[in-house]
Amino acid sequence: MKSLEELKAIKAKMQDKVNLRTSSAQTRIVVGMATCGIAAGARPVLGAFVEGINEAGLGDEVIVTQTGCIGICQYEPVVEVYKGDEKVTYVKMSADRAKEVIEKHIKGGQVVAEYTIGEATK
Amino acid sequence: MIRSHVLICGGTGCTSSGSIALRDLLAEELKLKGIDEEVKIVMTGCFGLCALGPIMIVYPEGTFYSMVQKEDIPEIVEEHLLKGRVVERLVYNETKNNEEKKEVHASLNDTAFYKKQKRVALRNCGVINPEDIDEYIARDGYFALEKVLTKMTPDEVIKEILDSGLRGRGGGGFPTGRKWAFTKASVSEKKYVVCNADEGDPGAFMDRSLLEGDPHALIEAMAICGYAIGSDQGYVYVRAEYPIAVKRLQLAIDQAREYGLLGKNIFGTDFSFDMEIRLGAGAFVCGEETALMTSIEGNRGEPRPRPPFPAVKGLFGKPTVENNVETFANIAQIILNGAEWFASMGTEKSKGTKVFALGGKIKNTGLVEIPMGITLREIIDEIGGGVPNGKKFKAAQTGGPSGGCIPAHLMDVEVDYDNLTAMGCMMGSGGMIVMDEDNCMVDMAKFFLEFTVDESCGKCTPCRIGTKRLLELLDKITMGEGTLEDIDRMEELCNYIKANSLCGLGQTAPNPVLATLKFFRDEYIAHVVDKKCPAGVCKKLVTFVIDQDKCIGCGKCAKNCPVDTIVKTDYIAPGHKLASYKIETAKCVKCGACVDGCKFNAISKQ
Repeated sequence: MKSLEELKAIKAKMQDKVNLRTSSAQTRIVVGMATCGIAAGARPVLGAFVEGINEAGLGDEVIVTQTGCIGICQYEPVVEVYKGDEKVTYVKMSADRAKEVIEKHIKGGQVVAEYTIGEATK
Repeated sequence: MIRSHVLICGGTGCTSSGSIALRDLLAEELKLKGIDEEVKIVMTGCFGLCALGPIMIVYPEGTFYSMVQKEDIPEIVEEHLLKGRVVERLVYNETKNNEEKKEVHASLNDTAFYKKQKRVALRNCGVINPEDIDEYIARDGYFALEKVLTKMTPDEVIKEILDSGLRGRGGGGFPTGRKWAFTKASVSEKKYVVCNADEGDPGAFMDRSLLEGDPHALIEAMAICGYAIGSDQGYVYVRAEYPIAVKRLQLAIDQAREYGLLGKNIFGTDFSFDMEIRLGAGAFVCGEETALMTSIEGNRGEPRPRPPFPAVKGLFGKPTVENNVETFANIAQIILNGAEWFASMGTEKSKGTKVFALGGKIKNTGLVEIPMGITLREIIDEIGGGVPNGKKFKAAQTGGPSGGCIPAHLMDVEVDYDNLTAMGCMMGSGGMIVMDEDNCMVDMAKFFLEFTVDESCGKCTPCRIGTKRLLELLDKITMGEGTLEDIDRMEELCNYIKANSLCGLGQTAPNPVLATLKFFRDEYIAHVVDKKCPAGVCKKLVTFVIDQDKCIGCGKCAKNCPVDTIVKTDYIAPGHKLASYKIETAKCVKCGACVDGCKFNAISKQ
């Protein structure tokens, strides 16, 4: 250890790991991980969100968490995004769709309408 | 890819309630379910809520599980970690949310226990893994050391500490900046930095928790102190009774050396600093600063007269700074956030926060850190959750055997160094023992006197013989043989011991007696004049009586009595079918087994 830069490098490397415990995130991405969700492939979706958010450096603002069965098993994997008072429910998600949601909704602020439950039940 | 962290408390409290076994089981269970790559287990230091151990927190949700048992682990893994359903029955009540959305729990920081707390010294305890230096760095660890070494002069460092208003957290309350300035001003080739981690007050465990939960904070602060005063060698004197703390501190020192944060030319500067641990063998007097240094030197731990003060002639005869663990734990934060930030907390003369170890008759036994100046009522009723079993609060004992007590009518006084000293009390290291109506204050004073008599090193007469005579007088009073003259004699003796003892141990040893005499003189009078112990603690002064009309004659008390002193009478109370019992008091040993067993509240102490 010879410089501030080295210290900062370690801090940056560890940041994602410790942030999980201290973040005061305003946005929550909740993945349905009950039996129905897991059977329909929620696990890779959850993984894609966790990785995507970390890669985007949004660990401070967004937390990715899981929940139980929401009651609409035929639409699993279901993902709910809470931003402030607003809630958007995405259905029949996949890892690729997760990446798209991060890009457009989380970063861009544009809801990906075609994956929402409103669209699917039309 | 890690998506969840499970924090398990590895402090001494939770370790003794089985947290290590929980960790192992959890690791196994995660593997079994194939999610060991996604969920990370982190052993942390103390969260503070020791009464609820073992404690487990699952992030990112921040779900707080308390009193987790081995049998619960499979359920937590299956339900929470795999399926995302919180195991409601294990969630700490205070964090439960009554609203419909049950899976969203109130944050731990919003509970009554944490809300009023301000965590500065304890900021990393329960958050990071103390055995991983990288986690400390992630929380700005060693940034303060880098800052002082590359951007500040020693005088600037001392000025910052002086301006912050930080005072010694070990009990005395001496301004830390002034201690450093005196030591810097002493001219010598060799100087030392010593950390006093010989926490000996009954009921105090804040230093232990800091060492266990955030050892690097201490290392960083000692190095900063070394730079400020011109020292290259530190010693941490820690009790051998703290095995987890010793192990983690040694590990932390090794890691810091490996990273070059201890050793030669730290951060590429001319500054070199290293440190070592010295184990204490458990003598209370070694917490006294000069006795501690004598012990490090390899001699019998006895105090030496001051002056010369350690700042002039300390360890091995060289100028030495000696600070308590908690004092050091504040240093890096002051350097990083500035003196003004620190001075914005607390009262006019007591800045910052103080850690208290809550114990005794209180619901939330544990460790709390509060800004100076909040009232005792807030600490006991709000943070501590009040006195359990509907009993009435009587007094809080602070400062251990050197301290006094704060009675109920002074509960609204703001807690800081000067207010406590004014009431004849003492901040002490921060042990706070809560007492209710069932505690006898004379007995409490006797308990602490027994402790100081045991722990007096014997070097000076006032302490060695004075405390012994004082204890004999207390003994006499609790046996019901005291006189009013004895009370006066005790007061006189107390003042002699205070004025003439060599070190802090003797000078403060009479405090528990003086404080109880000041606030609870009526209890002493009751013992001496009425020959009664109002709280029913002093056995000689208590008689157990069975209310003949309440006794239904079940005979349970007679069965419970170890000395067969309870016998059947001829009297059958109106409305009852069996003859009642009575106690033959001459043989009674006053164990209380009869009272505990009686379901009809027919037996009372008088």
